[in-house]
Amino acid sequence: MSTRGMATATVQVGPTPRVSRWPIWRQRLSTLMSYVLALVWFVVAFTPIFFMVLTAFKTIREFLISPWALPSQWRLTNFASVWASRFPTYLTNSLIVTGVSVLLIVALSSLAAYAFARMAFPGKRPFFLLILAGMMIPIHITLIPVYILTQWMGVYDSILALIGPYVGFALPISVFILTEFFAQIPKELEDAARIDGCTPFQTFYRITLPLATPALATVAIYNLIGAWNEFIFASVLLQSPDAFTLPLGLRQLFGQYGIDTPAVMAAVTLGSLPTILLFILFQEKVVSGLTAGALRS
Amino acid sequence: MRSAVARRRSAQWMAYAFLLPALAVYLTFVVGPILVSMYYSLFDWSGVSPRATYVGLQNFARLMGDRVFWKAVGNNLELMLLSILTQMPFALALALLITKGLRGMRFFRTAYFVPHMVPTVAIGILWIYIYDPTMGLLNNLLGELGLWRWQRGWLGEEATALYAVVGTMAWQFIPFYMILFQAALVGIPQELYEAASIDGATGTKAFRYITLPLLKGTIRTAVVLSLVGSLKYFDLIYIMTMGGPNHASELMATYMFKTAFNQFRMGYGSAVAVMSFLIAFVVSSTLLYFTQFRRED
Repeated sequence: MSTRGMATATVQVGPTPRVSRWPIWRQRLSTLMSYVLALVWFVVAFTPIFFMVLTAFKTIREFLISPWALPSQWRLTNFASVWASRFPTYLTNSLIVTGVSVLLIVALSSLAAYAFARMAFPGKRPFFLLILAGMMIPIHITLIPVYILTQWMGVYDSILALIGPYVGFALPISVFILTEFFAQIPKELEDAARIDGCTPFQTFYRITLPLATPALATVAIYNLIGAWNEFIFASVLLQSPDAFTLPLGLRQLFGQYGIDTPAVMAAVTLGSLPTILLFILFQEKVVSGLTAGALRS
Repeated sequence: MRSAVARRRSAQWMAYAFLLPALAVYLTFVVGPILVSMYYSLFDWSGVSPRATYVGLQNFARLMGDRVFWKAVGNNLELMLLSILTQMPFALALALLITKGLRGMRFFRTAYFVPHMVPTVAIGILWIYIYDPTMGLLNNLLGELGLWRWQRGWLGEEATALYAVVGTMAWQFIPFYMILFQAALVGIPQELYEAASIDGATGTKAFRYITLPLLKGTIRTAVVLSLVGSLKYFDLIYIMTMGGPNHASELMATYMFKTAFNQFRMGYGSAVAVMSFLIAFVVSSTLLYFTQFRRED
């Protein structure tokens, strides 16, 4: 598990040795250079972010005079006007879609993964390969049929339309991660539970799932960020602004505010807060969730 | 004897019951739509009217001579190459920097990851303002530095549109690959460097003969991830340039999207989707085969 790799990462064991053979001034110079480079990249990474946040506090006039200067006072007017727009609706929609999708993804993929890891049945390997193949499928090839399908089902232009495709496309990677993890859990505990008369579902629910919490968290975080950012399905399946998720909503506000750069930046800043907060609160978990998810594909 | 068979039977049914919910969603929203896309690609159909005319392979024949589509294919390949060239070296350099074991690098590691946590749509909108020809941060900066001749309408000019988005993508994805490389670097045993330094291999030599060979697997994974992602890329191009101006930054995915959902040519759009799927499949399996082959040397 890469979780372990990340855990060691926090201890910061550097692979580059303290080079004892080098004269002291060369070591110092190398350290100094490292810090200079670190600062340079910090500037590259954060100039856009500072620009975004600072501009959000400015008036249009202030912004036009100088995009670099600090705001003369920390006004919240722009944020207030974003909050008075449909922004809260977009936020709620995103929370619902992401929440429901992630719950379903975790539930369905852990059930399927349990079957793959622990049960014997005809067609196991073909089914597993069929699901894994989904990791290579570009979303675009399914867009038109899914668009037609949601119209048939009568869910087009509502956030319900997004849940099916979000869950469907998240399953391959999630099933894969969980199958791998379940297979590593010692069988003895489950055997004991079965002897005590637990049904397969009880064994799965009471014994295996609690033991798999780290893997479930990885799957949940990876898909949470995926669903939160999802843009293509949302733009195909939603039409009316009241149904928009946050990504579509931000685009809508961008179109609405246009040359009012500070207002746009306030919207974008508010829109970025949830994921950045998530990262700040659960740093290691988010980082390992994202990379573990990616490494499996 | 009979009861054993019956028990195995019921265990198998139980396995299918575990598998069924995931399989149903997967077949409905991923596998089914792929097949339906292939079917739609044989029709001339607007998607709105119920009238669809069967045209056989005509859509594909027309696609062969479709300049915009082939321009898009070229752009996808260019994007693939540029992404790897812009993202991997910086990501690796930063990973080396933050694993050096210097004080304060933990802060930089966290800080560097923040851009990756900004939602893609927010990144796209933010960078539209950075690249803005009149009020944009970039032209403003060039002006301050006296480089007026370098100022341009980054996203609005055919010569620079694609490269401008490549720059934004680098800003978004370098942190991600940095973390992948960092996890691998931390896994290299410290003893190797100690042994090497006794033999006089330090600094660049140690990097060349220890770090790089041990990092090969991770670099390969990162390159594969990046190229698979580039071949189906959509988000920032669609948000920032819509594939324009004059198709200068068109990608297969944006072209498909526009054909199907702006012009409502669902049949032709499906053909574009199927074709881009095939191209992506062929290119990535060729490259995968190639890298796999080289790894065995």
